[in-house]
Amino acid sequence: MDQFFFAAEVVANGLMTGVMYSLVALGFVLIFKASGVFNYAQGVLALFAALTLVGIQQGQIPFADLINAAFGTSLHQFGWTVPAVLAIALTAGVMVLLAFLIEKLVLQHLVGQEPIILFMATIGLAYFLEGLGDVMWGADIKTLDVGLPQGISDAIEGATAEWFGYGFFIDRLDIWATLIAAILVAALVAFAQYTKQGRAMRAVADDHQAALSVGISLRFIWVMVWSIAGFVALVAGIMWGTKSGVQFSLSLIALKALPVLMLGGFTSIPGAIVGGLIIGVGEKLFEFFIGPMVGGATENWFAYVLALVFLVFRPQGLFGERIIERV
Amino acid sequence: MTRMQTQSQSQSQAPLPAQDGHVTADGRQIGGVMMEMKNITLRFGGVVAIKDISFDIRQGEIRAIIGPNGAGKSSMLNVISGFYHPQEGEVWFKGYRRGPMKPYEVARLGIARTFQNIALFDGMSVLDNIMTGRLNRMKSGFLAQALWWGPAEREENLNREAVEKIIDFLEIQNIRKTPVGRLPYGLKKRVELARALAAEPQLLLLDEPMAGMNVEEKEDMSRFILDVNDEFGTTIALIEHDMGVVMDLSDRVVVMDYGRKIGDGTPDEVRSNQDVIDAYLGVAHD
Amino acid sequence: MIYREAGDFKTSYRDDGQTFPIRLDRWGYYAVLAVAFGIIPFLINDYWASAVFVPLLIYAIAALGLNILTGYAGQVSLGTGGFMAVGAYSVYKLMTAFPEISIVIHILLAGGITALVGVLFGLPSLRIKGFYLAVATLAAQFFLVWLFNKVPWFYNYSASGQINAPERTLLGHAVTGPATSAPAKYLICLVFAFVLAWVARNLTRGTLGRKWMAIRDMDIAAEIIGVNPLTAKLSAFAVSSFFVGIAGALLFAVYLGAAEVGEAFGINKSFLVLFMIIIGGLGSIFGSFAGAAFMVLLPVLLKNVLVGSFGWPTNLAAHIELMIVGALIVFFLIVEPHGLARLWALTKEKLRLWPFPH
Repeated sequence: MDQFFFAAEVVANGLMTGVMYSLVALGFVLIFKASGVFNYAQGVLALFAALTLVGIQQGQIPFADLINAAFGTSLHQFGWTVPAVLAIALTAGVMVLLAFLIEKLVLQHLVGQEPIILFMATIGLAYFLEGLGDVMWGADIKTLDVGLPQGISDAIEGATAEWFGYGFFIDRLDIWATLIAAILVAALVAFAQYTKQGRAMRAVADDHQAALSVGISLRFIWVMVWSIAGFVALVAGIMWGTKSGVQFSLSLIALKALPVLMLGGFTSIPGAIVGGLIIGVGEKLFEFFIGPMVGGATENWFAYVLALVFLVFRPQGLFGERIIERV
Repeated sequence: MTRMQTQSQSQSQAPLPAQDGHVTADGRQIGGVMMEMKNITLRFGGVVAIKDISFDIRQGEIRAIIGPNGAGKSSMLNVISGFYHPQEGEVWFKGYRRGPMKPYEVARLGIARTFQNIALFDGMSVLDNIMTGRLNRMKSGFLAQALWWGPAEREENLNREAVEKIIDFLEIQNIRKTPVGRLPYGLKKRVELARALAAEPQLLLLDEPMAGMNVEEKEDMSRFILDVNDEFGTTIALIEHDMGVVMDLSDRVVVMDYGRKIGDGTPDEVRSNQDVIDAYLGVAHD
Repeated sequence: MIYREAGDFKTSYRDDGQTFPIRLDRWGYYAVLAVAFGIIPFLINDYWASAVFVPLLIYAIAALGLNILTGYAGQVSLGTGGFMAVGAYSVYKLMTAFPEISIVIHILLAGGITALVGVLFGLPSLRIKGFYLAVATLAAQFFLVWLFNKVPWFYNYSASGQINAPERTLLGHAVTGPATSAPAKYLICLVFAFVLAWVARNLTRGTLGRKWMAIRDMDIAAEIIGVNPLTAKLSAFAVSSFFVGIAGALLFAVYLGAAEVGEAFGINKSFLVLFMIIIGGLGSIFGSFAGAAFMVLLPVLLKNVLVGSFGWPTNLAAHIELMIVGALIVFFLIVEPHGLARLWALTKEKLRLWPFPH
């Protein structure tokens, strides 16, 4: 019976991780649908957002190391701290600015290139942003605290102990993260389905030329989806940054969104959500049951292998339409 | 509807037994049945693309498939070249029933084709594109290729000679080293024909070989098709919209409409078929 | 004026099909070979060997391998680091298990084992295409690194989890281990790079190469003209992985001497080699070398300028290097998606007409 409750706890934790995967995956799907760009830099965007947030919050001087090295100064701090809410708003502003610059400096010049070229360009972008984040804010591991509650929830442990005779260990941060992610996912779906901009976005996704011809501005849509992706990255960066510190591995966790997408299909919003949950639960369960037998740390690869095996049997993903090839 | 479904050839007076050959007015040898489609039905989900169609292609003839847009002509060609597998019906090739084959296996039987929307390999030169047509004739082993050992190089040069003959035949000597991506449309069509010919096919399938061409280019292409048929004795099945071209080129014509066969016979016979006239000109409903 | 093909008539298809049809190119190629084999080995010291030439040659082999898969056969792979690890761990196991057998055979066998692993992970390519495949190859990357990290048999149960190359000799000279001289390291890598580049050239100009390129340019059409996608794709994975495996074996045994899998063969290695072929040129043998040279020389140059001349901290220089590499990738993709190889070809085309361009 304990084994069952262990497993249930693992599933609950997996679902909460899964919601975060879904959130990052949604960022991918939005960009992919609206611009056909498979954005490898999504993970690094999350890292960059988290770095920027910490930097602003703690009043770090951007490019301090570079300035110090170049001019022999020893600047580090402005000497103030910024309240969390304001810092988040400022970081969101930075992400919008970044979206604008990416459209202006990169995407605009790559219109009409093959998708694989665009994909590689986002890998270059990922490198650039990783370097930029480090140069701007320093590469040391930072702690991020925006006031989200942390630690094991006593209430849940107490309640479950009373009901089942087994106390569930669930981190309060995970609960909050799940709630926020779920709200954001719902908001994004609503935005894409019911607003004017959302409709324009879907039109662009279907056919660039046709969308242009009915008067939709491609540039605006692209800046918009990259801003949304930046915002999603910020939220993901806050959650993971709070949990395990702001460091390079954060961008790798966010990369888990890639197998999520393979599972769900690159263009499907429900696919991203369900895929995220499957991968979140699947990797936790696998680590729980099989992990101890093979030395653990299977979360590093399980998602990818699961997606790979799944795709071999169903190449169009969970929700994709059957592909009819034509000549 | 069955009025025009005749087995006879244009120049013959009486219906011929299926395996007999004969000689056309312009002196070409038409042989027995090479390929036979029996009661082919092809569906995509609920959509019926081809419905119970039967026809044959004889050795050495030029056989056209015509019909309005969406009639299922390209699907039919795709069935012949093994890209689509019909749900019902049989495909017979040279006296054997052909099971469901992969497209590359069909190619190895000696069936080559061109495509409606040109399907050349854009990253390669004209010469390399045409050489791909001979891939199935190149047998040297992996090691020989890796070391460019005697047999591999000899084979390459022998096949190069064969390809050069086709390049001469189609008059594209001056572009042989050009990347195909840079070529204008008409020349691309010609290179695609060259690639198909390089395989020295027994049956050549042409999917709208003259689509989007001007009159002059069409004349050139018609001449090449007739020459191929005449000089190499290649059997040709083609889809084409230009009625004038079809009627001039082909020995026999299959007419399709909404996935059904509505006519089959010599150009003259088809031209006077009421169903065909209705399909092309529309029919008054009252 | 000097560089031209007019008057250089070819009278046989053999002449027309040679690698360097223009006489001056041929001479240039022989000159490079003469310098590489005849002069550099006598001048090379430890710094030049370990900072420039040895990594350049090893990465050139890896880039050739990835270029065969991605540039010629059109299958994007992000698993190069993982496959290099297979080469490294294979050669390590072989070296320690059969010390009496020549290291050259071990390296070739390591390539062969990597080829088998490559085919295994290449199987999904028959069903999965494009991005899906690129992401799928990440499965190979993460799984293989995890495997070599977690299964002690692969690193002979060493306490540190590292693998260390024991000393092996070739023709009386040490080629692996700490006592290896700079010329020996350089020469063994040079011989492998030269022979493998020649093999790559032969494979890509013949039947197999055309099959790969046909699959790359239009897989459906390729299948209809008679290319079996199964053998074409899997042969590309096999040959590519063979090259990458040899590069991994050399990187570990000759260059690094000791390696920890996550550090030496992580996902960054996959991207490094991918960048080499993008910057060098997809589908080009010359480009593989040019890209490897670029990506090896750039950090050396930056380090010399930023750390050496300006006196900036090393980690800052490393971050700036990331930015520059990333920006260059984007820049190259925007300006010349075909890389250095195409720039070189364009220069030659101009040179051919010079000084009368019209």
